[in-house]
Amino acid sequence: MPKQESDSCLYQFHNCRILRDHDLVIDDLWVRDGKILDPEKLFYDEKRSADIQIDCEGNIICPGFIDVQINGAYGVDFSLNTDDVEEGVRKVAKGLLAHGVTSFCPTLVTSPVDVYHKVIPRIKKCNGSGEGAGILGLHLEGPFINREKKGAHEEQFIRAFPAGIQDVLQTYGCLDNAAIVTLAPELDNSKFVIEELCARGVHVSLGHSMADLIQGEEAVSHGACFITHLFNAMLPFHHRDPHLVGLLASQRIPIDKCIYYGLIADGIHTHPAALRIAHSIHPTGLVLVTDAISAMGLPTGVHHIGTQKISICGKRAVIAGTNTLCGSIATMNVCVKHLNKEANCGVVNSLEAATLHPASMLGITDSKGTLDFNTDADFLILNNNLDIEATYIAGEKVWDLTPLNECLNMEIIT
Amino acid sequence: MRLVIVDDYQKVSDWSARYIRRRILDFKPGPKRYFTLGLPTGSTPLGTYQRLIEFHKAGLLSFKYVKTFNMDEYVALPRDHPESYHSFMWNNFFKHIDINPENAHILDGNAPDLSKECEQYEKKITEAGGIELFVGGIGPDGHIAFNEPGSSLVSRTRLKTLAHDTIIANARFFGGDINKVPTQALTVGVGTVMDAREVMILITGAHKAYALHKAIENGINHMWTVSAFQQHPRTIFICDEDATLELKVKTVKYFKSLGYVHHKLIEDPVEESASFQKLNSSA
Repeated sequence: MPKQESDSCLYQFHNCRILRDHDLVIDDLWVRDGKILDPEKLFYDEKRSADIQIDCEGNIICPGFIDVQINGAYGVDFSLNTDDVEEGVRKVAKGLLAHGVTSFCPTLVTSPVDVYHKVIPRIKKCNGSGEGAGILGLHLEGPFINREKKGAHEEQFIRAFPAGIQDVLQTYGCLDNAAIVTLAPELDNSKFVIEELCARGVHVSLGHSMADLIQGEEAVSHGACFITHLFNAMLPFHHRDPHLVGLLASQRIPIDKCIYYGLIADGIHTHPAALRIAHSIHPTGLVLVTDAISAMGLPTGVHHIGTQKISICGKRAVIAGTNTLCGSIATMNVCVKHLNKEANCGVVNSLEAATLHPASMLGITDSKGTLDFNTDADFLILNNNLDIEATYIAGEKVWDLTPLNECLNMEIIT
Repeated sequence: MRLVIVDDYQKVSDWSARYIRRRILDFKPGPKRYFTLGLPTGSTPLGTYQRLIEFHKAGLLSFKYVKTFNMDEYVALPRDHPESYHSFMWNNFFKHIDINPENAHILDGNAPDLSKECEQYEKKITEAGGIELFVGGIGPDGHIAFNEPGSSLVSRTRLKTLAHDTIIANARFFGGDINKVPTQALTVGVGTVMDAREVMILITGAHKAYALHKAIENGINHMWTVSAFQQHPRTIFICDEDATLELKVKTVKYFKSLGYVHHKLIEDPVEESASFQKLNSSA
């Protein structure tokens, strides 16, 4: 059998519980060249042992978190920060490492056309590194949404697409860097736009919408796969027309398709009972999103979102002078812990909602969101309280709680 | 021949693991002196492997200077198939211990030239200095490794077609579908195991009782291949009470009366016994 040799350092993380196959299993995690490897193959094919063993002290290893809806953080607002775009993204990407996020979709709220043309080309997809979390592509939330459900989006920039995909392309300028577009499916021509976007590899999410269930189901049949911050900025569940919320229990979703839904589990945007209802009905579709705004990581006070002023008080962020929520300031790690506590759904389900599910929604489980063999070695070491002890990207430690500890646990095999 | 009779499966596992450990430690293996161990698969030795892993994790046993040779492997079953003996050994033993992958040998049932593979396996065993201790189990029909009834008692490593009842017995590991069970295997021969300096056979359960009777109370017979070890100068049969059901009372009484002698075989020297007691009190 041909040997696949590599001189690179082979790491064995041991004394840990690994999130794998919907379970926490006692096993070792083997990493080399930024990938998770099958140790049985290393043993029999390459006859290799680990070069470095790392004692994880009984902690949990799970894939790095994926945040598919984040508007900014650390004072940076992706929609407002049109001049030093790269620097702003870099700052957020770096900061997210401490919260366990190893890849994310920078999100642009409804913005003027010139902002799209300026910003979209400059936020490119890239792998993560010590410099920051990877970028999976932009989440373009708007402007093709319903004015009645604008939430914190600025009404004057909301648009429709009477000319279908042409309007979409003209508005955004370029879709190369886009991963997700949130739109309202009740807009005329939405069926064509959804199909065109899917054909271009962009995932379509439904949100900021007055759609009823039938409109939602049609959108899904044309390719939509996600619901943007379920319960927020949509018509509420009603027993004769459950609206978009009803998609979670729809029988018109093809059996081989899973509809995913974002939930802001920050304890503000979604009531714990609503979390429990959504999780009970459709656990495998639950995708935790932070929907974090620029004030995440900043102290209480007045900050900017889009072109408006927002006010932070405790865990809440509202448009200054109103009670309208405009995004959360919770971190992904806090959302995972909150879901685990409030939905009481167990560590595995809570972690998968921030890892496997967003990766499945984006169709990238061959590289992200799992600890399967041959995927990217983006992972976290968590203690039993789900606090993050360390963050790894491509097998390299990019953040940790106590920089000294690791040296003590690492054993170099000679 | 020794026959060690203990109460149950658990005690068989413990006894055999302790014996293996004792033999390895007494051998004093090192970089220029490897201990060579022949190993079986199947449900019988699982408990032994678990115990050996416990010894290793407790720091009481290292496999750094141990070379292992497995008895057999299915032919044409993908190596990463969960029922392959490669998978068995990885999941139940190798991944938990400190053996150097270079030193773990298993026949390759997917080799392009199977007879060459068998020839080379024999050569590798010879180059390793022969097997110091070969551990094995037996089938209800008295087969050792895949040396089915009727195998030559001087056979070497080779391709064997499985007996029909072995295939039926193994179907439970292949979703109950007899068509999915491999029909051929590579196996060390009876002669290969006979060449080991010592052989230890594990027999547990009432369903193996007749095989044990045939193995030790009747004559050497190629229809009960394990009986060949009556002629091996150093063979230990280790069994539980259930496996003795077909033996003569006289046989059982005689070997049980030797219990104190057998116990000495697995006893640690005084200076080492403290650490072992620590392990047992914490377990």
